[in-house]
Amino acid sequence: MQSGNTKFVWELLNTVPDPEIPVISVVELGVIREVKFENNSYTISITPTYSGCPAVKTFMDDIKSCLLENSIDNFELKIVYAPAWTTKWMTDKTKEKLRKYGIAPPSNIVVCPQCKSKNTTLISEFGATACKSLFKCIDCLEPFEFFKCI
Amino acid sequence: MMNSLFTYTLRIADSSLILGQRMSEWCSKAPTLEEDIAMSNISLDMFGQANGFYQYAAQLDGLKSADELAFRRNEREFFNHQLVEQENGNFGNTIVRNFLHDTFNFLFYTQLANSKDETLSALAHKSLKEVKYHLRHSSNWLVRLGDGTKESNAKTQIALNELWMYTDEIFEMDALDTELFNKGIAVDNSSLKSDWDAMINNTLTEAKLIRPEDEYMATGGKKGLHTEYLGFILSEMQYLQRAYPNAKW
Repeated sequence: MQSGNTKFVWELLNTVPDPEIPVISVVELGVIREVKFENNSYTISITPTYSGCPAVKTFMDDIKSCLLENSIDNFELKIVYAPAWTTKWMTDKTKEKLRKYGIAPPSNIVVCPQCKSKNTTLISEFGATACKSLFKCIDCLEPFEFFKCI
Repeated sequence: MMNSLFTYTLRIADSSLILGQRMSEWCSKAPTLEEDIAMSNISLDMFGQANGFYQYAAQLDGLKSADELAFRRNEREFFNHQLVEQENGNFGNTIVRNFLHDTFNFLFYTQLANSKDETLSALAHKSLKEVKYHLRHSSNWLVRLGDGTKESNAKTQIALNELWMYTDEIFEMDALDTELFNKGIAVDNSSLKSDWDAMINNTLTEAKLIRPEDEYMATGGKKGLHTEYLGFILSEMQYLQRAYPNAKW
């Protein structure tokens, strides 16, 4: 049992990777909205990205294991729907990590993560995960994934 | 009041679940790989939305879990719109069905987002973001099919004619809807009709499709009355939880 160190919990959460995009953590993804310590227990508020995203269950389990491994067992994970998750919560630093990983970060202009060309075209609104759509670069011809703005 | 809110929430969840189940039937069978991925993604969104509403219903009910609500009720206890249980048929049938329903969903969630009930409002905000994508997907396809070849136009027009009779009940208001609407919780479904008409007419014109006349219009979803298809959907969807109650993996 741990008492009252929310900063430490934030640090731990920042080590839990997104199951689909392991280069960013669940904190960077923006799904952790609040960590509170009250009545000897932590409450971690989590906002799901997409309602049906299968990764949500996985990262909830990962968060539990991470906290338990660090001897924190007095916690509760709470799902919060409002305000709805938005890609606006992602920092520029996180977006840069996505780009380096080969995923075009959420933006009004879709830029090829390989050659940085803005000359790109949509292949499909839906990609391999709920949060991404599929694009192609007209200049370097590479297909790539784009993190949808929602 | 608690009971009304429970039923109201359940109705929304049921339509999402059944449409989600229908969309999942396309998994591995869609016309192209991109479409397969799109259909499966939409299906997952619908399941996710259904789950949110079932979780809330379960919380209001205090007796049954969300899983029990989804997997242990019979067809007469389901309150989804009859439109969403209609067969996938050919790709055109699916697109028309979804287009008619996505347009409704878009308008419905836009209004429900203003509900005085905080949970319904939050779930509506969330669902709306996803429904916008679904609507764009089905509208784009409708135009491609309608304004495509002679054959694709003919098939899509037949689908539209066949499904039209299920588009009336989505705007119905019964005593329960009215009670919750007066409390600022529910949406006045009938008020969505004119916007729905305008959106549908626009896209149909672009798709070179003819809007069917209102003739016999089906009703009954809210009362648990369904077409012959719902039983088959449930028997497949609920099989595992019926055969192995509380099974987990």
